[in-house]
Amino acid sequence: MTTRLLGAPVTRVEDPRLLRGEGRYLDDLGQDALEVAFVRSPHAHARVLDIDVDGVLEVPGVVAVYTYEDLLESDRDDGTHVSEPLPLLIPHPALHAPRTAYPLAREEVNHVGEAIAMVVARDRYVAEDACGRIVVRYEVLTPVVGLAAAREAAQAVHADVPDNVAAHLVQQVGDLAAAMAAAPRRHTLDLRVERSASMPLEGKGVYARWDTDEHTVRVYTSTQAATSVRAAVAAKLGLALNQVECIAPDIGGGFGVKIVHPWPEEVLVPWAARRLARAGGPREVKWVEDRREHFVSSAHERAQVQRVEVGFDDEGHLLAFDFTFWHDNGAYTPYGIIVPIITSTQVLGPYKPGAYRCEFFSMYTNTVIVTPYRGAGRPQGVYAMERAMDAIADATGLDRALVRERNLIQPDEMPYDHHLVFQDGRPLIYDSGDYPAGLAKLKALVGWEDFEAVREQARAQGRRVGIGLACYVEGTGPGPYEGAHVVVETSGKVKVATGLTSQGQGHQTAFAQVVADQLGVALRDVEVVTGDSRRFRYAVGTFASRAAVMSGSAMHIAAAKVREKALRVAAEALEVSVDDLELVDGAVSVKGTAPGSSGTSLSLGTIAVLANPLRYAFDEASQAATQFAVGDTSQAPVAPGEEPGLEASGYYSPQRSTFASGVHAVVVETDPLTAEITVLRYCVVHDCGTLINPRIVQGQVHGGVAQGVAGALYERMEYDEHGQLLNASFMDFLMPYATEVPRKVEIDHLQTPSPLNPLGIKGAGEAGVIPGMAVLASAIEDAEGFRIDAMPISPSELFHLRQAHERGELPSLTRAGRPKEFLP
Amino acid sequence: MKPAPFTYHRPVELDAALDLLGRLRDAGQHAKVLAGGQSLLPMLSMRLAEPAHVVDINALAGLDGVDVDAAGVRVGALVRHRGLERHAGAGAVLPLLRQALRQVAHPTIRNRGTSVGSLCHADPAAELPAVLALLGGAVVARSRRGERRIQAPDFFLGPLESALEPDELAVATQFHRPPPGTGTAFVEVARRHGDYAVCGVAAAVTVDEAGRVRAARAAYVSAGEGIGALDLGAAVAGAGVDVAAWADAGELARGLVATESDIHASAQYRSQLVAVLTARALQDAAAQAGLDSTSHASALDPAQGAR
Amino acid sequence: MTTADDPASGEQTLVVRLRVNGMWHEVRVPGRRLLSDALRHDLRLTGTHVGCEHGVCGACTVLLDGEPVRSCLLLAASADGHELTTVEGLAEPDGTLHPVQQAFVDCHGLQCGFCTPGFVMTIAAYLRENPDPDEDDALAACAGNLCRCTGYQNIKAAVLRAAELSRGTGR
Repeated sequence: MTTRLLGAPVTRVEDPRLLRGEGRYLDDLGQDALEVAFVRSPHAHARVLDIDVDGVLEVPGVVAVYTYEDLLESDRDDGTHVSEPLPLLIPHPALHAPRTAYPLAREEVNHVGEAIAMVVARDRYVAEDACGRIVVRYEVLTPVVGLAAAREAAQAVHADVPDNVAAHLVQQVGDLAAAMAAAPRRHTLDLRVERSASMPLEGKGVYARWDTDEHTVRVYTSTQAATSVRAAVAAKLGLALNQVECIAPDIGGGFGVKIVHPWPEEVLVPWAARRLARAGGPREVKWVEDRREHFVSSAHERAQVQRVEVGFDDEGHLLAFDFTFWHDNGAYTPYGIIVPIITSTQVLGPYKPGAYRCEFFSMYTNTVIVTPYRGAGRPQGVYAMERAMDAIADATGLDRALVRERNLIQPDEMPYDHHLVFQDGRPLIYDSGDYPAGLAKLKALVGWEDFEAVREQARAQGRRVGIGLACYVEGTGPGPYEGAHVVVETSGKVKVATGLTSQGQGHQTAFAQVVADQLGVALRDVEVVTGDSRRFRYAVGTFASRAAVMSGSAMHIAAAKVREKALRVAAEALEVSVDDLELVDGAVSVKGTAPGSSGTSLSLGTIAVLANPLRYAFDEASQAATQFAVGDTSQAPVAPGEEPGLEASGYYSPQRSTFASGVHAVVVETDPLTAEITVLRYCVVHDCGTLINPRIVQGQVHGGVAQGVAGALYERMEYDEHGQLLNASFMDFLMPYATEVPRKVEIDHLQTPSPLNPLGIKGAGEAGVIPGMAVLASAIEDAEGFRIDAMPISPSELFHLRQAHERGELPSLTRAGRPKEFLP
Repeated sequence: MKPAPFTYHRPVELDAALDLLGRLRDAGQHAKVLAGGQSLLPMLSMRLAEPAHVVDINALAGLDGVDVDAAGVRVGALVRHRGLERHAGAGAVLPLLRQALRQVAHPTIRNRGTSVGSLCHADPAAELPAVLALLGGAVVARSRRGERRIQAPDFFLGPLESALEPDELAVATQFHRPPPGTGTAFVEVARRHGDYAVCGVAAAVTVDEAGRVRAARAAYVSAGEGIGALDLGAAVAGAGVDVAAWADAGELARGLVATESDIHASAQYRSQLVAVLTARALQDAAAQAGLDSTSHASALDPAQGAR
Repeated sequence: MTTADDPASGEQTLVVRLRVNGMWHEVRVPGRRLLSDALRHDLRLTGTHVGCEHGVCGACTVLLDGEPVRSCLLLAASADGHELTTVEGLAEPDGTLHPVQQAFVDCHGLQCGFCTPGFVMTIAAYLRENPDPDEDDALAACAGNLCRCTGYQNIKAAVLRAAELSRGTGR
């Protein structure tokens, strides 16, 4: 009997290949391709007066140099659209002043790192030599750096957007003003979050091959959205869609930054490949982003300034919630306002405030663009709400967990409609979840009720510790759709494809588990391909914790169709009713007979043969399907409504997102003298519905937690007032090593299936990172006894907060259940 | 991020290397000596340094020795950090070497990086310059013109600037052995393990037979632009090791060390670390000194100084 | 090592001999060519990855005469005549995974796999010297490499598992 694979912690099928060094990442391809380097702006804001490329082409090994003039010429002569601004991927009515960059700067640059000239050369060394010889003259303009400067608007990033406001959105439910006025107590918080970034270990990269004979281009790119890059390249190059194929090879991590597309390089590299081919030259061109480029010419996230006003009663009930924030979107808005929309809606978490209003301003600054990074606005929203929950607890003298409990949506209130519009344009309706159970599990896991004893014990040793907690709800698996194709080959092997891409989430394993269960085959007999437009053309992409929900469901649907067909074909061949058959161990058999028994059982391979009536035989298996071997001569070989082959495509398109949830708690220790912050315990309770593979989900939680800690304690983008990124290297951007993450992550799962998809799945990819800032702020302030309002926080900053506290500029917390004086 | 072109040289004889450096100097050609390259290569790849010539000294014979004698430890130019860290004799005589080397980046970097190269790089954020400043000693520089010994206080001219002439090759460094009854310690606070320290302190405390502090000195990492050692005896000299006012010595240091702000820490926070880490390092060092004066055997225990 | 000038650019090139995974290779490269690029693009051993090119991430870690080094912080010319081991040389000739590789499978020690070869090389060398690691050692063994996916928990577990497997197989 085949073991059920859904829910089994099987080891990953991807691993042996990757562990042998046999992965095929972008820079492993195209070993003979020409290589590209860019001249990038050293200024945050400047007019480009003149680009002098004289003599650069004479540098041995240099093949081509392109500037915006060449893009114009191409559009004029070749019908391309490369001189136009890059697309606004996700328009929104509230985004009233969208701006996107040109592939190569036209007249103006708006952040350090913006591409100005492109060099194609024998190798990257020579390309960089050539870049060094290109002389650009600038008129330097005053840059707008940081949200304060953007709001002040003494300067404008884009001259025609004088207030620097790209978007303004208000959503309101209930009569907020009345609810706030009626609330017995009110409190206001001013909060701040700094920039961080996805920072995958592999940067971006594009490799394009122009086929002169077929007039087609094949684009390999390290992307999270291969099919959409394909469409974008076709549109930009003026090609028919079927002239472009796009493949995401092995990808060395994404975390959001690779969902943006087309990046300038994704347009320029295939464009250059075609242009050089037309000139009779080489046809393969490759650009591999280096780490410095990744810092200054990819994307960042997170920076917001927030104001939260809450109205509540003495029992800690949240009666009115007024949330205003300013979101730093950087120099351009190619990805629309997805991030601030998510912040403004997911801020509500598992709670049901009486009346609420969320308003945001998305602001231009002369810095790198801001697009989703794992969590995508949720960490900021959770931070705002959870800081408010702690503040309510302190104001009312109630336990922090109790205040949360009193505001939770109850299981019997599901589905719960918040009456807001979510990032997918659909109503924000939570499909399922048991938040009180999650919080209870977490309290038990971390020992919430016993913590004061732990604190006392530490204090006796001269140590300072604190505990914090934070809840979140994460909308996952948004549409519009994903699809999958499943085919059983005559060998009995199952080949599966979906269009969305993989960046390390173990999709080949998880999807194979879904398909193998449906078809009753072994995991090793299922081979999954993702992100290859030659294998599956219709897809959206990998983001918003949607791959398992979307492609997992599509896999299930497609495999179920194949299963049905296999039963149908077998029923006919065995001359029995479908109801008498079962699909087990790779064979359809009459119930009660052993798979493989002659006359009562057909292997899937054999059924695949029978499903494709043949005229020509080419091997022993196919002889069985030829016209003199099979078929009822009174009927068409392929029955009406049927198609040849044991295969099917399936699509999953949900009405709306499904909502995962969780609670984190952390115990920290802060050094009384050096202000170093150490995480002593990190506890997670996590509910992502049905688990396809607990091992993979655990890995996602581990990774997310590490990024959450990183964003709270280590990582930030350090811009100076000139818009120079001062820490654009792994030396100074403090991505944690193993020594900086919690020694252990203690995890407990809850499984509340989603009613929205056939497997009950919710997304798991981003969850771990979401409450990181909130939970650490909560724990640090608990250790220190004063409020923490800005994250991330470094020891140096904590030291200065202590000094302000000692000077009386920062009030002490009053907190329930603990001595007034708790400093060692 | 690829290096700009340069001419690569790999002499196999020391005289040939010195002759090459001399000729390049005479010709006004910018040359960099490559030993471990763990600081040089990133600078080349980022094109922060674009020398016309790189002189790789890794093929030179006779520069990979560690010699231990009564005067101290002499370390050849091709001794890797890891080799020195593992050298039992050097560790026994100068525990501070091992205490400091364990803080130098990560083992993989220490496998290639050289201790002499780190001194020549003269980075105030690096551990070994502080060690040399504290212990005293000299860098042995050779050129066609002969050999000279540059004493520690004269060697570090400023951030990333040593007293080496362009035609000189540092062939070895001598670390002095402190007087009997001296204990050492090295403590630092870094944002991440293995990073350059936000602040680090190398400390040496000498204790007399009666258990009283005779001398207390400290040298600093990443505290400011200078590389040198401070005499902190004024705060603790004469006091018994168990009761000495280490915190006072820390406060003395806070007043003496001019700290600076950068993206990782404010000057004021660094000064706090100077005070706190000085006190901690001196106390650790005094404890080691106590061991040194009471039991000579324990000072030879290679595990000593493990943190 | 013989040198010549590239006729087109005038840039000096050198013939460098590298013994990689037991086989001698000869490549002609400019003096500035990084060892990581020589391995990846001249020898086409692309299992060694490049994540930062300034020595911090460790994805490019290979063994030089048995010791882990950052191949992005070495010139190919400096490795002339030396023995190198890359991730491609770790498994048995019959394809059996090295205990560290197998432990990464067993413990889900990798996700995207980009940093993985660097970790595997570093840990394999570490365990040769410390065959019986405890939890602190497991942390130390992987503390000098960056991973953005796993949060390191399962990599630490893989260090312990690899030691267990090595004891079992006598390797």
